[in-house]
Amino acid sequence: MSSIDARGLSCPMPVVLVQNEVKKNAPAEFQVLLDSECSVENVTRFAKNNGYEVKAEENGEETTLICTKK
Amino acid sequence: MKKINWLLVVTGLLVGAAAVALTALGNPPNMGFCIACFLRDIAGATKLHSAAVVQYFRPEIIGLVLGSTIMAIAGKEFKAKAGSSPATRFVLGFFVMVGALVFLGCPLRMVIRMGGGDLNAFVGFAGFFIGILIGIFFLKKGFSLKRTYKVNTSEGLVLPAALVIFGVLVLAVPALFAFSESGPGSKHAPFFISLIIALVIGALAQKSRMCFAGGLRDAVMFKDFNLVSGFVAVFIAVLLGNIILGKFSGFSTYLQPISHASQLWNLLGMVLVGWGSILLGGCPLRQLILAGEGNGDSAVTVLGMIVGAAFSHNFGLAGSAASLTDDVYKAGGIGTNGKVAVFIGFAVLLVISLINTKKEAK
Repeated sequence: MSSIDARGLSCPMPVVLVQNEVKKNAPAEFQVLLDSECSVENVTRFAKNNGYEVKAEENGEETTLICTKK
Repeated sequence: MKKINWLLVVTGLLVGAAAVALTALGNPPNMGFCIACFLRDIAGATKLHSAAVVQYFRPEIIGLVLGSTIMAIAGKEFKAKAGSSPATRFVLGFFVMVGALVFLGCPLRMVIRMGGGDLNAFVGFAGFFIGILIGIFFLKKGFSLKRTYKVNTSEGLVLPAALVIFGVLVLAVPALFAFSESGPGSKHAPFFISLIIALVIGALAQKSRMCFAGGLRDAVMFKDFNLVSGFVAVFIAVLLGNIILGKFSGFSTYLQPISHASQLWNLLGMVLVGWGSILLGGCPLRQLILAGEGNGDSAVTVLGMIVGAAFSHNFGLAGSAASLTDDVYKAGGIGTNGKVAVFIGFAVLLVISLINTKKEAK
C-alpha cells in the first residue's frame, strides 16, 4: 500500500499530493499521514469525491487516513 | 459538490451581516471588515507609518485572532507549529499587503465592496482570480514552502498574546498610540462591540476554515466547491444587508467609498494578492486565523503584512480613493511608486515561485 506523508504541510499541499498519487497510479488503496484537522477534512473530502472510502486512525496528534477504492 | 457545508455558509452569512452592521455602527463604508486596511490602521496607530488618515488600533484584528485561539483550544485544534519558510512568508505577506493597498482592500473587503455595488471590486475580483490561477500553476508544478514542525506552545501564542497586550495598552494608555481625526481611520464602531463581533467571527472562521483564496483554488484545482460557498454567502449577505438598510444604490464604478477606478491597477493589485495568497496557502483573513491556531509562520506572515502596510504609506505605494470635494472630482488611483512596487512584487513572487518549485523526482 502506498503511503503519503503529508505531516506538517499546509493546505492545499496534502490534497495536491493525494491528487497526484490518484491521477498517476490510481491505487486501490493508499494511506495518508496527517497532523492537522483541517488537512484531515480536506483529504477526506477529496478522497470521497474521487470514489474512495476513508477510514481514519488517530494516534495522538497524528491521523492516518486509509483510503480504499469503492 | 455533494454536500453543502452549512457551517461555512452560516459563517459567510454572519460575516456579511457583521460587516454591514459594523459599518452601520461606525466603520468606514464597505469596510465592515478589511484585514489589509485594519492591519494598515494598526501600523498607523503604532506609528510605523504617519499617514494621518489611517491610524486606529482596530479591535477587529484582536478579536479575529483571539476568537480563533479560543475556538482552536476548545476544539483541541490549537497546535503550535512553525518552520515552513518563515522569511519567505514574511516577504509574501509584505507584497500581498502592497497589492491589497493598491486595490484598497483584502479579498474579504473585495467581496464586501462587490456586495456594496462597487464595480471596481469586480475588476479586482478578476485580478484576484488571475493571481490564483498563476499560483495554482506553480502548485501543480510542485511549489511548496516545505513542512512545519511542532514547536513549544509559547511560540504559537506569541501573536495572540501580543495582541492582548496591545489591546490592554490601547485602553489603558491611549496616548501611546496615534488615532486619526479624519478619514477612514477616524471611522470606527465602538471598541467593545467590534471586539465581540470579531471574536465570534474569528471562532466561526476557525471552525469553518473560511478562506477567500482557498475557495477559488479548491474549485479550480479539485472541483471542490466547499470553501467557495463561504465566498458566495458573504456576497449575498452584504448585498441583502445593504439593500435592507437602504445603503444600496445600484452597481457603479463612480465615486465608490474608499475605492478608485484605475482599473488596470485594481486588477494588477489583486493579481498580486491572489498569487501571493495561493503561495501562502490562504488569504489575509486565513493567515490571522491560522496565527490564532498557533501557526508561527502565519504570525510571521501577519507581521510581514503590517510592515508591508507601513512601507506602503511611508513610500506612497497605496492607492488613493476617488473623492468629491466642493464639486471637484478627484479620480484617485496609484502613483508611480505604487506602480513600480506592484511590478517589483510580481518579480519577487516569480522568483519565490520558481525557487520553491521542485522538479518532480519521478
